[in-house]
Amino acid sequence: MTTLTKPEAEPTPQESEHFLSVRDLYVQFATEDGVVKAVDGLSFDLDRGKTLGIVGESGSGKSVTNLAILGLHNPRNTTVAGEIVLGGQELTGASPRTLEKLRGKKMAMIFQDSLTALSPYYTVGRQIAEPYMKHNGASKKEAKNRAIEMLAKVGIPQPQTRVDDYPHQFSGGMRQRAMIAMALVCDPDLVIADEPTTALDVTVQAQILDLLKDLQQETGTAIILITHDLGVIANTADDVVVMYAGRAVERGTVRDILKTPEHPYAWGLLGSIPRLSADVDVPLAPIPGSPPSLLNPPPGCPFHTRCAFTDTVGGDRCRTARPQLPAGRGSACHLTQDQKRDIFIEQIQPRLR
Amino acid sequence: MLRFLARRALGAAVIILAISLITYLLFFVLPTDPAQLACGKNCSNTQLVAQIHHNMGLDLPVYQQYWDYIRGIFVGRSMPSGQSCPAPCFGFSFANDQPIWPLIQNRYPTTLSLAIGGSAAFLLIGVGLGMLSAWQQGKTFDRVASSVSLVGNSVQIYFIGPLAIALFADKLGWLPHGSDPTWSSDPIGSLTNMILPCLVMSVIFWSNYSRQTRSLMIEQLSEDHIRTARAKGMSSRYVFYRYALRGAAASIITIFGIDLGTVLGGAIITEATFGLHGLGMLAVNAVGSLDLPLEMAVMLISASSIVIVNVIVDACYAVIDPRVRLA
Repeated sequence: MTTLTKPEAEPTPQESEHFLSVRDLYVQFATEDGVVKAVDGLSFDLDRGKTLGIVGESGSGKSVTNLAILGLHNPRNTTVAGEIVLGGQELTGASPRTLEKLRGKKMAMIFQDSLTALSPYYTVGRQIAEPYMKHNGASKKEAKNRAIEMLAKVGIPQPQTRVDDYPHQFSGGMRQRAMIAMALVCDPDLVIADEPTTALDVTVQAQILDLLKDLQQETGTAIILITHDLGVIANTADDVVVMYAGRAVERGTVRDILKTPEHPYAWGLLGSIPRLSADVDVPLAPIPGSPPSLLNPPPGCPFHTRCAFTDTVGGDRCRTARPQLPAGRGSACHLTQDQKRDIFIEQIQPRLR
Repeated sequence: MLRFLARRALGAAVIILAISLITYLLFFVLPTDPAQLACGKNCSNTQLVAQIHHNMGLDLPVYQQYWDYIRGIFVGRSMPSGQSCPAPCFGFSFANDQPIWPLIQNRYPTTLSLAIGGSAAFLLIGVGLGMLSAWQQGKTFDRVASSVSLVGNSVQIYFIGPLAIALFADKLGWLPHGSDPTWSSDPIGSLTNMILPCLVMSVIFWSNYSRQTRSLMIEQLSEDHIRTARAKGMSSRYVFYRYALRGAAASIITIFGIDLGTVLGGAIITEATFGLHGLGMLAVNAVGSLDLPLEMAVMLISASSIVIVNVIVDACYAVIDPRVRLA
């Protein structure tokens, strides 16, 4: 076990009655090479009926955060510190039994690759029915009827017969629908969708996202949508957290993030989306370099090694001082508010058209 | 599922037929003249040898001989000499001119119970230990079991067999040894007599199965669908038995199917170690005395039983893994 030394705490947004509130979350893995700081002081809030998008590259700590909320990390090599409060209940210190009772009932997860995430050995119906039987004490028959009802709800044709099919007999899109049915079978208050559309083709992606939205309107579920695809965020999220190297680097409404992003990393993400309207011979502008090692994160701003604006900030500030994320709308960057606005309008925006 | 089984059964029938053909050709088309083996002291008498040839049907074309042999197994036959051989007829022993089937009939229950009992023992003990080790991964039990497995893996039946006899039969007197009651005269005595041999035979296997099971379980437990099941709120125990074990069982059964030949070999060595009268001893004696018909019958029966058990293994595999049923 590792003891955590807490660096200067990130200023927390005002204390309020949010449905889910994550405060100063740290998740660290002990590996042979050292301690990996997968999540490094993350805070966010989510209300019922709202969708929070968490965006970032692979390895930015998106998935780890959400596995920590569900308590699915391996306790043998993982340290979780900070506060996760779901509906007034503290989760980081909760016993495995308590978490087990909450998982599937109050909080559920939709995983990305539905072929490996569903067991090949049991029928789709059984896998959907299992949590319903466990959490609601339903009989086998009731649970099966519920599974059929859920399959119909997520748009599987002939649910009465498909309920007895195995996952390999479903198409990719249908499997993802079945996965959603499985997550929603107990009417959870929080659904975490971890790249739910990554393995699907674009038309099916849109269907799945619409489905999630419809179900949310029906039940008032809070959704955390993890993705690296800003296009997915645009149509579904209310608020967005941009993560980089285990930290939130920018936070705002979906409009803020897409229309007036402030952090150079968010600019990079926006710039690397291909656009149909763009000229064919204009190359995409990827973010140079690769994400930093979380074993040994660079000092100062973790993005400074890939950032084009360290000289604008001037001096050594980006390499030595860690920029803080202000409460509410804002970004963790040393550029001044005016610089951020000017650079975005003058240099970034023209490239996004 | 039925179609899958029918296809497998048909395939097995073809394989058994091929095996019978090969064994038959091997023994009767080889340069050695079976009549020379059967004639005993009178081989200088060419007329007698020709008579034996005729009696054994060796003067007929080979395909006719083969057909008579196979037909005899199912419906019985009467030899050209006039001897009648009721079904299942595997011919007559060179050594004592007796029909072969009664000889085998007396012996196979011993080998069969040894193979089944031994397999049951090593599957129960090996898989059980492997599961416990996976559950306790990295803890003391896991480490001790791994070391013990290594010891179990490196001993031989003919080494622990005598040790076990000395300890459990002679010294402690827990289990009988020395008598070998036949299956028909004393079924219970015959069964208790099998306990020690089965356990000894299982030792060389269970270490392997516990290690395989352990690593298969650990591999299964890291699968995505295990995480999904846990995310649904299923308990660790439930996930362990219902999800991980199900996946591991498919592989364990496959390994068992591959090991069948070794199991039969192990049964034969165990018979020799414990002085049991099984098929193994029969076959060894047959080879020693060049009793070709007897050897053929034992080979055919052991090969067929391995093929048949493999069909059963395939069926189990299909029950466990629904994806196999389509294949």
